[in-house]
Amino acid sequence: MDSKRRSFLLKTVQGAAVAACGGLVWAHLLRQEAAASVLALRPPGALAEADFAAACIKCGQCAQACPYDTLRMARAEETVPIGTPYFVPRDIPCYMCPDIPCVPACPTGALDPQIKDVSKARMGLAVIDAESCLSWQGLRCEVCYRVCPVKGDAISIQNHPRQTSKHAQFVPIVHSQACTGCGMCEEACPTEVAAIRVLNPRLVQGKIGSHYRLGWKSETPITQEFIPQAVPSSAAAEAPAPKTAPGMDALNQGLEP
Amino acid sequence: MSAVFEPPREVGEPRKAVRLYTPPDTLGGKLWGWRYLMLRRTVQVGVMLMFFGTLHWGWQAMGAPLLRGNLSASEFLGILPMADPFAVLQQLVSRQGLHTTVLLGAAILLAFYALAGRVFCGWVCPMNLVTDLAGWLRTKLKLNDLFRLPRTTRYWILGMALLLSALMGAAAFEWVSPISMLHREIIYGAGLGLTAALGIFIFDLLILKHGWCGHLCPLGAFYSLLGKWALLRVRFDDRTCTHCGECARVCPEPQVLNLKQAAEHGMVSAGACSNCARCIPICPERSLDFAPRWNARPAIDHRTRTQP
Repeated sequence: MDSKRRSFLLKTVQGAAVAACGGLVWAHLLRQEAAASVLALRPPGALAEADFAAACIKCGQCAQACPYDTLRMARAEETVPIGTPYFVPRDIPCYMCPDIPCVPACPTGALDPQIKDVSKARMGLAVIDAESCLSWQGLRCEVCYRVCPVKGDAISIQNHPRQTSKHAQFVPIVHSQACTGCGMCEEACPTEVAAIRVLNPRLVQGKIGSHYRLGWKSETPITQEFIPQAVPSSAAAEAPAPKTAPGMDALNQGLEP
Repeated sequence: MSAVFEPPREVGEPRKAVRLYTPPDTLGGKLWGWRYLMLRRTVQVGVMLMFFGTLHWGWQAMGAPLLRGNLSASEFLGILPMADPFAVLQQLVSRQGLHTTVLLGAAILLAFYALAGRVFCGWVCPMNLVTDLAGWLRTKLKLNDLFRLPRTTRYWILGMALLLSALMGAAAFEWVSPISMLHREIIYGAGLGLTAALGIFIFDLLILKHGWCGHLCPLGAFYSLLGKWALLRVRFDDRTCTHCGECARVCPEPQVLNLKQAAEHGMVSAGACSNCARCIPICPERSLDFAPRWNARPAIDHRTRTQP
C-alpha cells in the first residue's frame, strides 16, 4: 500500500474516531438534557411529556402570554429539562384563564390548540398528605376545597365519623377525573409545607386493570352463567324437595333448614 | 477555479505601492471608521433589548407586543412569526410534527438569511459580543493558539447535530446550544447559561482564535451554507487593491478573503462571510464595500482578455 493511500485511510479512520467519540459524549448529554421529567408541571394543553420535550422550541412565548407570570423557563441548573416552561404551584399556580392565552402563543404545537376548555387540562393531579392535612386532623380547614376552581368535582368534602368525640371530620378528597392540576389548592394550603400537592399523575396514580369488575358499579350484564345448568340426577333423587322460602336461591340449595 | 486569475491591468502596469491602514486622527474620522461596528452593536443589543423590553416592560407597538419570544422562535407585532430555521430543521429531522406557525416562521427567516447572507452571526447573535470581546482582547494581549483546528469542523458538527436528532428523536443542538442558553437567559433570567458564555470566552481568548464562531458553531455553519447564494455581498475591486492584507488581518473568517477568487467574482463569494464589514472601513484603498450580488465587478478574466 502506498504511503499516500495509507495516510488517507488513516486520516479517515481517525476522523471517524473523533466523530464517534464526540457523538457519544453529545448523545449522552442529549439524553440527560432532553430526558422527560416526571417532576415538571407543564402548561395546559401540553402534549405528553416526551412529545412535549421534543416539540417545544423553548421560545418562552407561553410564559410571556401568561398574565400571572405562572410559567417559568427552566435553567440549566434545574431538574426540569432546560429551557422548557413549567410552573411551581406553591409559588404561582395556574389560574385557569378561560381563554387559555398560553396555548395560542405556542408556535410549535407543543401546547395542543385542540384544547378549548381549560377544565379539560390535565397539568397534574392534587394529592393529599393525610398526615399533615388539617382537615384530616379534625380541624375545619377545607381551604383547598374552597379555592378549587372545579369545586365539588375535583375536590369534595366527605364527613367521617371521629372516634374520640361526637364531632365528625370533614376531609377533602381529590377526584382525578375532574382535577386539572392547576395547583390553586397547593398555593392556598395553610400548613407550613403544603399538605396538598400537585404532581404528575404518573407518579401517584395506580390502575385497577380491566379484568376486575366492580359488580355494584358495572352496568354490563353478567355474561357467565353461575346457576348450575343441570343438577346431578342422584343428588336430585336423594335431596328433599326444596322448600321455597323468601331469599332462597340456587346458591343456597342444600343449606335450607 | 478553472480560470487562472490574471490581474486586469495592462501588461507591465504594476499594482500601486502598498500602504497600510492608518487610523484616523480626528474623532469624526474614528467614528466613521467604526460606522459598521456601531451599527452592528446597535442591532445586536437592540434585538436583545426588544425581546427584553417586550417581556419585562410590556413594550408594545400598534397594540400588540413588540417582539415576543426569543431567537428560537418569536412573533413580531403579533403577526409576523419567526423561527430559527436550524432548530426547526433539527425538530423536523427528529420526526416531530410541528405546527404551521413555526414552519412559516422558519421559512421567513430562511428566506431572509438566504438573501442577506450569514448576517445572523455578526449582526444578531449575542454570543458574537462575547467572542468579539475575546478576539479583541487576544489581539491586544498577543496570545497564540494552543492548537489548530480545521474550519470545516463546524460542518461535521452540523452533520452530527442532524444525525443525532434523527437517531435520538430530539433536537440535538438545541438541547445543548450555548447560544440558546445565552439569549434565553438574557431574556428570561440569568443562570448557568452565562457559564456557557464564559466557557466560550475563555476558549476563544486562551485556546483558539475565533474558536467557537469560526470553527465549532453548527448554527454558523448552517448559515454559512445558506449564505453561499446570498444577494448582499462585500464587493471587491481588484483594480485598486494593493494586496496589503489589512482586511484579512481583521476578518474573523480570513479564508473568505481569498483575493484571487474575490477578484474573479468581483466580491467575497464564500458563504462563511458574515457580512460583518470589519474589512470595509479598514481598507486603505477603499476596494471593499457592500453591494448586491448583481453589482459585483468581476475582474476581466482571461477569456475576455484574449478578445481583440
